[in-house]
Amino acid sequence: MKRVVAYTGNEVAAEAMRQIEPDVVAAYPITPATEVVQAFSGFVSDGLIQTEMMTVESEHSAMSACVGAAAAGGRAMTVTAANGLALMWEILYCASGNRLPIAMTVVNRAMSAPINIHCDHSDSMGARDSGWIQIYSENAQEAYDNLIMALPIAEDKNVLLPIMVCFDGFIISHSIERVELLEDKEVKDFVGEYKPQFALLDLEHPKTFGPLDLQDYYIEHKRQQHEAMKFVPDAVLASAKRFEALSGRKYGLIETYKLDDADVAIVVLNSAAGSTRAVVDKMREQGIKAGLLKIRMFRPFPAELIAQSLAHCKAIAVLDRCDSFGAQGGPVAHEVRSAICNLPKVPKVIQSVYGLGGRDLNIEDIVDVFGDLKKVADTGKVEKVFDYITVRS
Amino acid sequence: MSEKLPGWKDIPIGGMILEAGNAAKYETGTWRSSKPIWDPDKCIHCLQCWIYCPDSSIQVKNEKMTGIDYFHCKGCGLCASVCPDKVQAITMVIEET
Ligand code: SF4
Ligand code: SF4
Repeated sequence: MKRVVAYTGNEVAAEAMRQIEPDVVAAYPITPATEVVQAFSGFVSDGLIQTEMMTVESEHSAMSACVGAAAAGGRAMTVTAANGLALMWEILYCASGNRLPIAMTVVNRAMSAPINIHCDHSDSMGARDSGWIQIYSENAQEAYDNLIMALPIAEDKNVLLPIMVCFDGFIISHSIERVELLEDKEVKDFVGEYKPQFALLDLEHPKTFGPLDLQDYYIEHKRQQHEAMKFVPDAVLASAKRFEALSGRKYGLIETYKLDDADVAIVVLNSAAGSTRAVVDKMREQGIKAGLLKIRMFRPFPAELIAQSLAHCKAIAVLDRCDSFGAQGGPVAHEVRSAICNLPKVPKVIQSVYGLGGRDLNIEDIVDVFGDLKKVADTGKVEKVFDYITVRS
Repeated sequence: MSEKLPGWKDIPIGGMILEAGNAAKYETGTWRSSKPIWDPDKCIHCLQCWIYCPDSSIQVKNEKMTGIDYFHCKGCGLCASVCPDKVQAITMVIEET
């Protein structure tokens, strides 16, 4: 039986973690993710769950404790945002390099300085090369669903990689939405009992984690991580299929909206997809064949699928809530561009950075992007490849 | 050397070592630039060298020192320096190639 609640993104993330009941949660609170840790530690103190809650002194310690717990053979989870994620940096690579399937919620927030607690994607995008799987969520429902689907992906025997589930700070983390929750037992059965393949506490099979690995083997181990990523799309789809049977909600690697016959399309991830969907309808009313491609799985990047899905478009705009300063566009734009560059007929591309530090992406802004795309589609010329939008000049 | 080593498909993931104690198979003796030479006639079997050797290279049987394991000894010289001053049963000599 499904339970319908009015919860914030943070509340549903905490609820998902309660239902999963991992062996260990080690976390340090940081805005806008604090509520997740607060609510979850409440569940532990109230005796609702048996999770070992470790209140550590920093995010570096939080991720280190997760690495220790996961290497011991436990299921470990944590939550962070922005500067907290940055403080975990060193250990993010230890988690992926040691092949530990830790699951972490990242509530996307701008990086200091100047200090800002609001949404952008500079935090998780900065970690895109750290060997973690990255799943992005449009709204609170997706944040909940993605978190429940995460562990079976990370723990897949061919994968064994850590996973980040991202959603937008404040826009989603602090907004109340209607969310459908699963029963506790349904979630428990879905994630199943964790049987680690390699565990330090498996005393019958003593082993060493994290030894020195020099010129003679390091690159072989990195090549293995590269290979493990190739198994992720199948694991994501398998998890989504089981989840659909349970919830009725369908998930893929990407989501498209009115893209099949679109001349112009916007590529975006997280909450901006919601507003873009509404603008697509508006454009269609005006006779513009507009479409949307929302990226759900950013790491590994589903390049082929994205290229196929955009192949027929005349012009596309990739909107990044993150800049790669000095580069020629944000990280999503770079990935999309390299995904489509070998298509027989490459769509024209506009790359825009928007919404840094929580600046709103309004309906009019998206209407303008479609206006620019229409011009590019009609003339075949891109006047400005890369620019900021939602910024005062 | 790399031709003989196993490829990425054939080694445990994550740099894990799944076999306990396999460091014993790794020859570290080639790192040595000077070599401890033990004089059994001088040795009083106090086992200070055995306590201090960082590579478990002092061989002992029935609480008596029996020799040095040159397969693992890295030639750090600790054994020579902890051997009692009045005994000096270990001398470090430059390793010849
Ligand atoms: S030289 Fe160092 S490594 Fe070699 S036996 Fe002496 S203490 Fe051990
Ligand atoms: S420290 Fe010197 S005397 Fe003592 S056991 Fe070693 S070699 Fe012999």
